[in-house]
Amino acid sequence: MSKDREFYWRRLHSLLGLIPVGLFVTMHLLINYSATNGEESFNKASGLMESIPFLPIVEWVVIYIPLMFHALYGVYIAFTAKPNLNRFGTTRNWFFMMQRVTGIFLVIFIAWHIFQTRLQKTINDVEIDYNLVADIVSNPGMLAFYIAGIIATTFHLANGIWSFLVSWGLIQSPKSQKVTTYITMIFFVLLSVVGVMAILAFV
Amino acid sequence: MAEQKMLDVEVQRQDSADSPSYWEKFQVPYRPNMNVISVLMAIRENPVTVEGKQTSPVAWDMNCLEEVCGACSMVINGRPRQSCSSLVDQLPQPLKLQPMSTFPVIRDLQIDRSRMFDSLKKVKAWVPIDGSYDLGEGPRMPERKREWAYELSKCMTCGVCLESCPNVNSGSSFMGPAPLSQVRLFNTHPTGAMNKDERLNAIMGDGGLANCGNSQNCVAACPKGIPLTTSIASLNRAATVQMFKNFFGSDHMVD
Repeated sequence: MSKDREFYWRRLHSLLGLIPVGLFVTMHLLINYSATNGEESFNKASGLMESIPFLPIVEWVVIYIPLMFHALYGVYIAFTAKPNLNRFGTTRNWFFMMQRVTGIFLVIFIAWHIFQTRLQKTINDVEIDYNLVADIVSNPGMLAFYIAGIIATTFHLANGIWSFLVSWGLIQSPKSQKVTTYITMIFFVLLSVVGVMAILAFV
Repeated sequence: MAEQKMLDVEVQRQDSADSPSYWEKFQVPYRPNMNVISVLMAIRENPVTVEGKQTSPVAWDMNCLEEVCGACSMVINGRPRQSCSSLVDQLPQPLKLQPMSTFPVIRDLQIDRSRMFDSLKKVKAWVPIDGSYDLGEGPRMPERKREWAYELSKCMTCGVCLESCPNVNSGSSFMGPAPLSQVRLFNTHPTGAMNKDERLNAIMGDGGLANCGNSQNCVAACPKGIPLTTSIASLNRAATVQMFKNFFGSDHMVD
């Protein structure tokens, strides 16, 4: 990386985490939730997504490229930190640590998740539908892995929204940062409920 | 006469910049109202470990002894702080003293804080008023602005915020919260603000503002109660504006 570009890479990392990756994840979990209305409802919702025109371009531009950049640069950021929770056990220091731990875990989880679903369509021409997911989560270990992945995602996104608002200078005062912490954590709980209910609908 | 009460003290020592560190235990006669400096002075008077081994006196830095110079910072019972204002009666025992190892250790508890001073130079943490002619009076500063800017000016470059920051370490180039907050101070000053784009562009360089990960330990650790995280968030907004000015703007770099 060329000199004095770090600021822009960081800001890009912060922005991409929200738009488009964060928006995509929220959308993804909401579409999954349609599984609570039964197999047919989910297949219809996911089929609708597959009918988007220029799908490969949309997938690369909206999902793969931003996600890969966010993941790779995020791993670099995570490993430049030296955790010190033993000295400072404050909420924000915990969230700082959790953001990095969930980030690393999500790189593994998402890589596996894409391999198990989207890549199976490319490699083995498998249909991505309700049965594919139901088959995956019929294994209790996989179900636990997916629930952990969903909760890590929702936390990383919710806390990432907070970080985004601070990093771009939108929330400055300690009071506004505190209130935003509560709001993002409510968002975390709500989106987690949506995500976990959705995956349990495949069991 | 009552028996002399003794204090248990453990010191992480290091003989030179490159040598490995090791622990030594001491017992120091207790006196009322001791601070950590007086404990170290007592060790210096009688540098003998609890095992009875004669050793070298512990080296440490100190200067003002009233928490305004920042020289005597060290890690006391796991928390970075000034040894002059750390009172023994308020600390659990044994006392554990370590150097702030985020900085290069010179010897024992002595550290080299040069990187902070280099950062202050890098971000131009001053108000340029020197010229070849009399520049006259500067603009007036509103009193209410001066009041909070004064809080930022209390920074004594002690290094506690860098020591407490998980993003300041040997594997990162982050300059840490203190020099950033100084940019906010000098960009607030009415004359200093005439060069605010230069300071903002400096902290938008490598190792600058964007390295903050918002663990917010700095603001919890700062002995002077400086609102460091508010400064950083405020600079984040200023840097956002500066970033767009740099790219889209024409000749209005400052205002």
